[in-house]
Amino acid sequence: MTFSSFMTRKEAFGFLVLAAVIFLVLPLALDAFRLNLFGKYLTYAFVAVGLALFWGMGGILSLGQGVFFGLGGYCMAMFLKLEASTPENTAIQSTPGIPDFMDWNQITALPAWWEPFNSFAFALFAVVAVPVALAFVIGLAMFTRRVGGVYFAIITQAIAAILTILIIGQQGFTGGVNGITDLRTLMGWDIRSEAAKTTLYFVNGALLFAVLMVAHYIRKSKLGRLLRAMRDQPDRVRFSGYNVASFKIFIFCVGAAFAGIGGAMFTLQVGFMSPTLVGIVPSIEMVIFCAVGGRLSIIGAVYGALLVNWAKSTLSESYPELWLFGLGALFIAVVMAFPNGLAGIWSERIEPQILRLFNRSKDDKTAPKRAPAE
Amino acid sequence: MTDDTSKRKSGDVNRRAVLAGGTALTASLFLPKSVRAQDYPTAEINTTGLAVTDDAVTIGILHSITGTMAISETGSVQAEKLAIEQINAQGGILGRKIDYIQEDGASDWPTFAEKARKLLVNDKVASVMGCWTSASRKAVLPVFEQHNGFLYYPTFYEGLEQSPNVIYTGQEATQQIIAGLNWVTREKGAKTFYLLGSDYIWPRTSNKIARKHIENFMDGTSVVGEEYYPLGHTQFNSVINKIRLRKPDVIYAIVVGGSNVAFYKQLKAAGIDMTEESPIVLTISVTEDEIRGIGGENIDGAYACMKYFQSLDNDNNIAFVDAFKEMWGEDMVIGDVTQAAYLGPWLWKAAVEAAGSFDVDKVREASPGIELTSAPEGYVKVHENHHLWSKTRVGRAKPDGQYEVVFETADLVEPDPFPEGYQ
Repeated sequence: MTFSSFMTRKEAFGFLVLAAVIFLVLPLALDAFRLNLFGKYLTYAFVAVGLALFWGMGGILSLGQGVFFGLGGYCMAMFLKLEASTPENTAIQSTPGIPDFMDWNQITALPAWWEPFNSFAFALFAVVAVPVALAFVIGLAMFTRRVGGVYFAIITQAIAAILTILIIGQQGFTGGVNGITDLRTLMGWDIRSEAAKTTLYFVNGALLFAVLMVAHYIRKSKLGRLLRAMRDQPDRVRFSGYNVASFKIFIFCVGAAFAGIGGAMFTLQVGFMSPTLVGIVPSIEMVIFCAVGGRLSIIGAVYGALLVNWAKSTLSESYPELWLFGLGALFIAVVMAFPNGLAGIWSERIEPQILRLFNRSKDDKTAPKRAPAE
Repeated sequence: MTDDTSKRKSGDVNRRAVLAGGTALTASLFLPKSVRAQDYPTAEINTTGLAVTDDAVTIGILHSITGTMAISETGSVQAEKLAIEQINAQGGILGRKIDYIQEDGASDWPTFAEKARKLLVNDKVASVMGCWTSASRKAVLPVFEQHNGFLYYPTFYEGLEQSPNVIYTGQEATQQIIAGLNWVTREKGAKTFYLLGSDYIWPRTSNKIARKHIENFMDGTSVVGEEYYPLGHTQFNSVINKIRLRKPDVIYAIVVGGSNVAFYKQLKAAGIDMTEESPIVLTISVTEDEIRGIGGENIDGAYACMKYFQSLDNDNNIAFVDAFKEMWGEDMVIGDVTQAAYLGPWLWKAAVEAAGSFDVDKVREASPGIELTSAPEGYVKVHENHHLWSKTRVGRAKPDGQYEVVFETADLVEPDPFPEGYQ
C-alpha cells in the first residue's frame, strides 16, 4: 500500500490538525493540571476509536467497553500497587509487603495470580492480552451463534454489570468498591509529579496516534470494506464465502485491545483504578463520546471524547447543581440535530464552505472522514 | 455555636470544659471578638501561596451532589455551609471572611480525585471539607498528600488510616462499636450475636472488630453467624430465616443505603418486632437520615450506636438544630455525619487561630489538642492521630424517625484507628 492509497490529502490534513491540537495547542494553552485532565480525557478516546471501528463501521454496538478499559487499567494498577507495597511502606500492616486492601481483608499472603504482576513486562502484556482474551471468548460465544444487534448490546451490558459485582465482591483480591488506590511509582519513577504527568500526557498522545493509525489502516484495508459490507448486508457477505463471525471477533478484539491500552494510561495518569470505571454507566458514557464525535469517524471519536469530558468538567465546576442537565441537553442536541456528530457537522456544514472558499472540487465523496479542529 | 475554642495540651481531657461550654456559649454570644485582619498581615499568615487575601480565605467543599451518594452527602454540605455562615457572622477567621468553592464529586471516585486536584492546584484552597464514602476518601488521599492539602472528613468509617493531611471528624470503628457492644451485653444481658453487613470494607472491618471484641474481650459472648450482601441487595428473607433458626440475642446490622429499606421492612414483615427486643437489633449504619428512607414505623425499637443524635438535649445542640432548620427548612433531619461535617469548619478555624497562620503545616501542627466545647455533640478534642475524642451513645429508634438516647459513655472515647488485638 503506497502512502497515497493509505491516506488521502484530506485525511492526512485531518490527522495533522489533530496532532497539532494534541501535541501543540493543548500543551501550550493549558497549565499542568488541565493538561493532566485532558490526558485523562484522551484515555477515553482509545475506547471511542475502538467503538468507531466496530460500532460505526462494523455495526456491532457494545455497551460494555468499560469492561476492557477496566481490565487494562486493573492490570496496570496491580503492577503499580505491588511496586508501592514494599515491606517498608506497609510496615504498619499485619502482613507487610502485600497491598493494603488485602491486609484489611485478612489475607495474609499474595494470591498466586497476583505474582506475575511483579513483572512490568508481564503487566504490559496483560494490559492488552487480558481484554483481548475476554473479548475473544465473548465474541466466539456470541458471533458464531449469530447473536447481534440489540441482543449483543444487552449481553455486553450484562457482562459489565457482572464484572463490577465480581470486583466489588472479591474485595480482598481487587480492592472492592475502593478500587486499587495510592499508586506511586512506575519502575521507581514517581508518576505523581507534574513533570511525570506531562510526560505521560505525551506518551498517551503518541499511543493514541499509533492506535489511530492502526484503526485507519483497518478502515482502508479490505477488512474495513468487508466490515462495512457486513454491517449493511451480512447475509450477502456470508454467501460470498466469508466467515462473518471471525471478522466480527477480530474487530471486537481490536476494540478491546484499544480500550485496554486506554485503561492502562488512565491508571498511570489518574493514579488509581476503581470499579466505577468498569460498570454500565461508564460503558454507556463511552458510547456517547463516540456518538457525539460521530460514530463513523475515528478522528471524530477523539474529539467527541475530548469535548464531552471537557464539557463535563467545566459545567460541573461552574454549575455543580445543574451540570448534569447541561450535559444531557448537549447529548440530545447533538444526536437530534447532527446524527453524525461532530464529524457530521464538519463534513456537512463546515467543509463545503471551506472548499467553496478555496474553490476546489471535492476529491472524495465517501463517508465523512474529518472532524472540526475545535 | 460560638467561638469558644482554645488549644490545650493534648492528652488532657478535661471534663469540666464540657460543663463550662454552656456558660461560655452564652457569654461569648455578646462579646464580639476583636480579631482584625490587619493584625495578621497576609504575607505572614500565608507563606505557601494559598487563596488568602486581606479580607477573605477560600476553602473547598467537595461532596457528591449528584448521583447515588447525593442523598447522603447533602446533609454534610448543608452543615458545612451553615458553619461557614456562622463563622463569617462572627467575623471570620483571623479577620477574614470564608469563601468557599463547591465541587461535585458526582458519586464517582475518579471525579473526586479530579476535583480535589482542581481545588488544591488551581484554586489553592486553604482547606477542604469533603468526601463521604471511604472510596472517595481513598481516591483523594494521594492528591491531598502530594499537594499538601488539608481535608476534614466527616463520616464514621473503618479506621486503619491516619493521614497527616486529614482530620477525621467522624468516629473510627472502635469508637462506634465497642461501647455499644459492652452496653448491650451489660444492660440487656445479650450473649449471642448475628453479624450482618453490606459487602464492602467498612462493614467488614467493623464486623471484624465486633467479632474480636465479642469473642476475646467480653465474657461468655459468641458470634452465631456472619453474613454479607452486595450493595443494593434487597432480598433478606433467607438471612432472616437463618436468624430465626439460630435465635441470636442481638442482630448486629451494618447494612447501608437502599438495602436498609428492604432489610428493616422484611424484618418487620417476618414478624420480628423490634420493640419486643427478641432479638435486639443493634446497628451502626442507620442515622436519622436513613430512617427517612426506611420509615420510622419500620425500624421502631431498633438501637443505633452513634456519637450524635438530633434529639441530644444540650444547649449547643438545641441551638444547632434550630439554626440548621432555619437555614435549610423545618422538615430537615440531622444525622450523625451531618453533625460531624458541621465540626469541620469550626475545628479548622480553631486550629488556624491556634497556629496564627493558614499554612497547612502550621495548622497540622496546631491541630492535635484543639478543643471544641460548643460542638452539638458536646465537648470534642482532636487526638494526635487526627481523629476526635468523642462520646459513644446508644439511641433507640422511635416511630417519628428520631432516636431516644438511652446510653452515653461517661467519658470521651479515645480514637484508635489501628486497634491492637482487633486486627
